[in-house]
Amino acid sequence: MCASAKYNTRGPALIPRMKTKHRIYYITLFSIVLLGLIATGMFQFWPHSIESSSDWTVEKRSVHDVPVVKLPADSPIPERGDLSCRMHTCFDVYRCGFNPKNKIKVYIYSLKKYVDEYGTAVSNTISREYNELLTAISDSEFYTDDVNRACLFVPSIDVLNQNSLRIKETAQALAQLSRWDRGMNHLLFNMLPGGPPDYNTALDVPRDRALLAGGGFSTWTYRQGYDVSIPVYSPLSAEVDLPERGPGPRRYFILSSQMALHPEYRSELEALQAENGESVLILDKCTNLSDGVPAVRKRCHKNQVFDYPQVLQESTFCVVLRGARLGQAVLSDVLQAGCVPVIVADSYILPFSEVLDWKRASVVIPEEKMPEMYSILQSVPQRQIEEMQRQARWFWEAYFRSMKAIALATLQIINDRIYPYAAISYEEWNDPPAVKWSSVSNPLFLPLIPPQSQGFTAVVLTYDRVESLFRVITEVSKVPSLSKLLVVWNNQNKNPPEDSLWPKIRVPLKVVRTAENKLSNRFFPYDEIETEAVLAIDDDIIMLTSDELQFGYEVWREFPDRLVGYPGRLHLWDHEMNKWKYESEWTNEVSMVLTGAAFYHKYFNYLYTYKMPGDIKNWVDAHMNCEDIAMNFLVANVTGKSVIKVTPRKKFKCPECTAIDGLSLDQTHMVERSECINKFASVFGTMPLKVVEHRADPVLYKDDFPEKLKSFPNIGSL
Amino acid sequence: MQTRKKYIFLTFLASWLLLFFFGGDQLRRLAFFSGRKAEARRNWPHWTDRSLLKSFAAPEELQSDGDPSLPSPRERRAARLSVYKNSRCRMETCFDFSRCEKNGFKVFTYPQERDQPLSESYSKILTSIERSRYYTPNPEEACLFILSIDTLDRDHLSGQYVRNVDEKIRGFPLWNGGRNHLIFNLYSGTWPNYTEDLGFDIGQAILAKASFYTENFRPGFDISIPLFSKDHPQRGGERGWLSQDSIPPKKKYLLVFKGKRYLTGIGSGTRNALHHIHNGKDIVSLTTCKHGKDWEKHKDTRCDKDNVDYEKFDYQELLHNSTFCIVPRGRRLGSFRFLEALQAACIPVLLSDGWELPFAEAIDWGKAAVVGNERLLLQIPSAVRCIHPERVLAFQQQTQFLWDAYFSSVDKIVHTTLEIIKDRLLPHRSRSRFLWNTLPGGLLALPDFSTHLGDFPFYYLQHGSSPSEKFTAFIRATSSAGSLSQSILRLIQAVSGSQYCAQILVLWSCEKPLPPRGTWPQTTVPLTIVQGRGKLSDRFFPYAAIQTDAVLSLDEHTSLSTSEVDFAFVVWRSFPERIVGFPSRSHFWDPEQRRWGYTSKWTNELSIVLTAAAFYHRYYHSLFTEYLPAGLRELVDGLAACEDILMNVLVAAVTKLPPIKVTQRKQHKESLPQQVKGTAGAAGGRRFSQQQDCLNQLVDWFGYMPLVSSQLRLDPVLFKDQVSVLRKKYPRLEKP
Repeated sequence: MCASAKYNTRGPALIPRMKTKHRIYYITLFSIVLLGLIATGMFQFWPHSIESSSDWTVEKRSVHDVPVVKLPADSPIPERGDLSCRMHTCFDVYRCGFNPKNKIKVYIYSLKKYVDEYGTAVSNTISREYNELLTAISDSEFYTDDVNRACLFVPSIDVLNQNSLRIKETAQALAQLSRWDRGMNHLLFNMLPGGPPDYNTALDVPRDRALLAGGGFSTWTYRQGYDVSIPVYSPLSAEVDLPERGPGPRRYFILSSQMALHPEYRSELEALQAENGESVLILDKCTNLSDGVPAVRKRCHKNQVFDYPQVLQESTFCVVLRGARLGQAVLSDVLQAGCVPVIVADSYILPFSEVLDWKRASVVIPEEKMPEMYSILQSVPQRQIEEMQRQARWFWEAYFRSMKAIALATLQIINDRIYPYAAISYEEWNDPPAVKWSSVSNPLFLPLIPPQSQGFTAVVLTYDRVESLFRVITEVSKVPSLSKLLVVWNNQNKNPPEDSLWPKIRVPLKVVRTAENKLSNRFFPYDEIETEAVLAIDDDIIMLTSDELQFGYEVWREFPDRLVGYPGRLHLWDHEMNKWKYESEWTNEVSMVLTGAAFYHKYFNYLYTYKMPGDIKNWVDAHMNCEDIAMNFLVANVTGKSVIKVTPRKKFKCPECTAIDGLSLDQTHMVERSECINKFASVFGTMPLKVVEHRADPVLYKDDFPEKLKSFPNIGSL
Repeated sequence: MQTRKKYIFLTFLASWLLLFFFGGDQLRRLAFFSGRKAEARRNWPHWTDRSLLKSFAAPEELQSDGDPSLPSPRERRAARLSVYKNSRCRMETCFDFSRCEKNGFKVFTYPQERDQPLSESYSKILTSIERSRYYTPNPEEACLFILSIDTLDRDHLSGQYVRNVDEKIRGFPLWNGGRNHLIFNLYSGTWPNYTEDLGFDIGQAILAKASFYTENFRPGFDISIPLFSKDHPQRGGERGWLSQDSIPPKKKYLLVFKGKRYLTGIGSGTRNALHHIHNGKDIVSLTTCKHGKDWEKHKDTRCDKDNVDYEKFDYQELLHNSTFCIVPRGRRLGSFRFLEALQAACIPVLLSDGWELPFAEAIDWGKAAVVGNERLLLQIPSAVRCIHPERVLAFQQQTQFLWDAYFSSVDKIVHTTLEIIKDRLLPHRSRSRFLWNTLPGGLLALPDFSTHLGDFPFYYLQHGSSPSEKFTAFIRATSSAGSLSQSILRLIQAVSGSQYCAQILVLWSCEKPLPPRGTWPQTTVPLTIVQGRGKLSDRFFPYAAIQTDAVLSLDEHTSLSTSEVDFAFVVWRSFPERIVGFPSRSHFWDPEQRRWGYTSKWTNELSIVLTAAAFYHRYYHSLFTEYLPAGLRELVDGLAACEDILMNVLVAAVTKLPPIKVTQRKQHKESLPQQVKGTAGAAGGRRFSQQQDCLNQLVDWFGYMPLVSSQLRLDPVLFKDQVSVLRKKYPRLEKP
């Protein structure tokens, strides 16, 4: 309409130039083209736009406006859940496929309102929590809106609480989902399963092969490796802000805050209280609260009124007893309060137990052992209690605090099953950030003493000091365990000497020419380095004896994950300047060994080249300094261990040289080195270097024993 | 001109029509995609009334989850006993915990009957139990019972199949429906279905079985064990094959398999497909059709060519030279291949759907193996190629740790099984998953000592903590004189002078009565006297009085200066899992006598640091007293100076590392007399040969030589350097 009107208004100006007989022709032609265009457009966009406007639009809509689906009384019902289901039997893994990101794709069905034949609703359309959960999935990187690419399907039918739905009709609603296919790859979230009189521990809605993320599984209903055990969300988490409480004594030792406990449990708890007095506090519902005070936010003991959940922070241990169901929302409150949960619920599968190590955050006591609870809890070491409190709080923060946290943890667990080789590790799941930060996991953790026969590769970095280089090569080649010598020729302006001019040595000698004069070239993990041990040595270190080097290699074999070297240095805290200072005096302590002469594992070359944090690598190359300090930081940070200084040797270049060798002489140099330490410490966010007071000497060093019987007699004194 | 225009327009029109009719579909898609880009993803809607939505449960419903009409907890527990039996057994319904309360976790093995043949593997299992510290010959005090009937092979076609087991066990008065019994099994079912039927009713017994299928596995009750061959060593066991952490951790081959291809029957689905991933370069997957008598009947076109290729490669060579090893299911789910790959540090790629992995209750297999999916075999090559080198290196190291900690001998497999069951008895005194999966492993981390990581010497780095800054000096007094000797007085003085000393404990192991309180020297630190029971192993008893992480173990005659103590303690803080001390000894293999030798001569190596003057972690007291079986401690009590060696052997077995020797100011009393003066005396000679015996008996018990040699000594940084004495922190160490 709009388009043709435009044409008409413009027409007279355009058309008179043409001949009349062509006018009709042109009009017809353009009309046809235009019509064609419109028709195409209509045909293309119309059906699609109808779909999208009804299901998904950006404009705001109410949950009450969703389409209504009527379920005929005889519509099919899925089979009951199959207890033998496992990922390899009931899950179609082909839907997930191989992808480089190793992420499953999750599709969410659009929201519908289901009614039975008489128009009565099957359940509440959606609860606040389920909406939050679906929103979280939709915002996550697991989400896809393409049903054909999905690996996992999440119905929008809310089954969080079994009490608020009609079982048969809900099952029918599930069965008519477009991709239901016996529930294959469908994931249901349920927190309150079962109902009177038997309170089943898993959702009673027949669901065939669907995966169930359920709160309150018992070992008999939980299909290990298939279902996911989730917490019962406590809406108080969002309502109440309990700041994390630091370690330290708390007023009560054991606290029970649950209402409607079975009288038998209550009497057992009261027996504990009678025995142990004040340190045990048993709370119950308040009977005489004034109007307007929400009963769920208060607890009472006799006439004393306590705020809930704040009171949980007053206790070291908080009892979480089973009720009619195994899963209890109070667990979430207890964790939030940083109180160590004492779980008394036989056969209960704790939330996310597939990945979370609950032994670090809770104490599980068999129901029959309840009378011994006090003594059992007293046997927990104090330091461990503090850690458990921290751990409890961390579990809450990471996996309990919101429906989003619960949803994402559930999806991650399923994701880890499908892409096990990319799974999140135990440490990532369980270590609180403070521990992740302060702990180290040594990449070379296996205690191995590498075979001596392997030998080491000497890597000499050189620029143009050929004469000195040749002396170093000759000296190093005398070391029995040397297996190869690699010269890194860092001078682009000059060619290395001809082959014939090089010293003749008994091991292979390779010269690597670099593209740029960078210090980091010395730490590149060259393929030519075939041994684990690398001896980094400067082209002017001519004083080291063969015995010293061989002994250094032997020491490295005993400490293959450390830097084992000769020139020792120290870092100090300068109280006046409030920063770190580099120290090259001969001190009683060592925290670094310079890589001008040091053994280390080739793995650290790999780390230096590819995993150096921040801009350190470029910074070092730009400043042409401190590559050795950077290496010390890197190794100490990743292993948490100190360096080993070997032998007393302190002079390396000439016997007459002063204590502080060559480069290190002038004051500006020292300032620069100190700056490096401060720069690296800030990039690493910590000072990883470890100070030690020892060095390694041969067992019989300086002992009154015939020199010729010593393995390493020729150990220089300075 | 006109006609040309006409034609142009006609063509234009025609192309429009064509486009409309034939290209509509594509166009629509094009429009669809561009539309999608414009409105991004179709996310879950933000409902306008989302804040008005009701909660999934009323606050009261969540906070008070009770139902007065429900049976009482006690009734419910009683009722579940009758419901959850046999195939639905759990510890709380099928295991009698009360049997374990009085005497702790004790294991009884039925006496062997003469007419019953035992397979080699089963007698090894029984021996392992008898060697364990939990063994009891008295059924009265037992918590767990092991049959003497060989139940390992329940394939009724097998020669080792024991018949009429049902009848036999029903005749046992202790059987009690299988309650508190543990049954071991390696093979169940037979051709063609290989069901997991054992051929007898195990009732409420715990089943420790190889090739467990998850569906039949009773979680928290049964235990999946690895399949091991009859040649699997009783104790000790071979080390893993990884001797170096190469980087890049790649070996010659990326992924290998060499084995049978089943043409029919169970398991053929996977085995028949393995040849597809063979690329002849870095992936070698070789199959043979030759197995069974009638393989030629089922032979297909591939067989002849495959059989030829198959012979070209050696299984052991592939195992040694590959980064990953495919471990597919056989007829049953588990295979020998699994342990072989683990030992070879060839990362197992498991293709055995539904296999409950060995000890999965304790072991985190995700750190040591790639748990593949049989259905996704063809994705395996790309999946393993994508694993980062660091992760590959970590995988390789973890295979070695697990192999050595839990699998390398029948002893370890059986003891792991027992420890897993023991952990279930007292959940609050059990090992966390961390302890099981971190060096030195669950068998060596005793939850009875502590469940707190910071209390052990092994986890400081992972835990982000450090050992305590004080030590307890522990002096053993054995002198036969009734009064205090001069040396002990000097020693107390020197030790109490250390700034790191928290307390001194004297173990009074003399026959003479304790000197009165007044004769003991006054010290700045508390001094406590413990009365010993006159046994040599007393010195490693975990006395409650020792509260610091570090123990400085001393003999009455030891002579040490304060600065030696200080320096050694500072060194120990860097190596809290090792023994750090002064006088050292070494061991060697004596090829003539074909036994281990022990020497106190000065050598360039050391592997033992005498506990007459050494720092170590107090946890080793617990390990010594509780981990080692009583028999071993009795052996030590009977031989002179053997407890020293045992402690060193124990710590070396735990850490796989040598002890650390620190600077000695001068020769200690103990190290001189034996060689220089002692050899002359008969007493010294006898003592020496006893130590030699001791070492060899310990090696026999451990099944290998755990001691590791070291060539170094740790000295203060400026030790004997030609610098001013004033600059040195420990000048007194250098005095002659």
